[in-house]
Amino acid sequence: MTVTEFTPFASSLGGALIGVAAVMLMALNGRIAGISGIVGRLLPPYAGADPVGAACIVLGLIASPLLYQAATGAPVVQTVSDQGGLMAVAGLLVGFGTAAGGGCTSGHGVCGIARLSPRSVVATVTFMATGFATVGLMRHVIGG
Amino acid sequence: MRHAVNFLVGLIFGLGLLISGMANPAKVQNFLDLAGSFDPSLIFVMASALAVTFVGYRLVLRRERPVLAERFYLPSASIIDGRLILGAAMFGVGWGLSGFCPGPAIVSLPLLANGTLIFVPAMLAGIGVARLRMQGKASRADPVAQAE
Repeated sequence: MTVTEFTPFASSLGGALIGVAAVMLMALNGRIAGISGIVGRLLPPYAGADPVGAACIVLGLIASPLLYQAATGAPVVQTVSDQGGLMAVAGLLVGFGTAAGGGCTSGHGVCGIARLSPRSVVATVTFMATGFATVGLMRHVIGG
Repeated sequence: MRHAVNFLVGLIFGLGLLISGMANPAKVQNFLDLAGSFDPSLIFVMASALAVTFVGYRLVLRRERPVLAERFYLPSASIIDGRLILGAAMFGVGWGLSGFCPGPAIVSLPLLANGTLIFVPAMLAGIGVARLRMQGKASRADPVAQAE
């Protein structure tokens, strides 16, 4: 495992930007900033889903590391697992789970809780619990 | 104009993920590792994002409609059912295994890590399969409510 530094200030600033983006999207276009839902809108069926709008958000997300690197002059620090099988299974679980559960960290965890949606509170507690359990098992029981 | 806003929202959201450290799967997994190399940074990301959104939504949702659209598209589902809980539980397992949730995975695409290039297509496939299943069920029963 890679040890990471505790970054309360950068993390609070980044979190505030995520909040600003979510409020902007609601104020101007009337949409929830849930990324799993936005990515889902790229796929059929398109009834009322505004796939072009969703694609523009996704393009903005993809452009962000390029802007970040251009502005800071430093590469984005990131450690991504190289285990192909594990990443494939994880991707399937994240995609299927967020589509079935109607949201992810942003849609339920930020936007939904901000609306005091009981569904989002339950979903967030649930995915946090299984997230903690998965990393705990992986690192301390199975050994990783 | 609406699409320029969409692009800008994606850009700001992505910068937020990058600056906060949430786009680094190692940091997310260390947050989820209470018994080991616990990194509490993500509490600050969530708390800060939530505080801004909570206040902002209260101001915005007082309006009759958004500035550039005809209405607010708010999720209509209110039932807490097995699908919500099972879906969220599966998501959490995948999140723990990889350190990726959907936003950071998309933001990571141009950084071209091997794991990302496997994760994102698998995630799209998972979303597609879930939607096909829900569509099949919806055509047999009542239409399902839209996603959050």
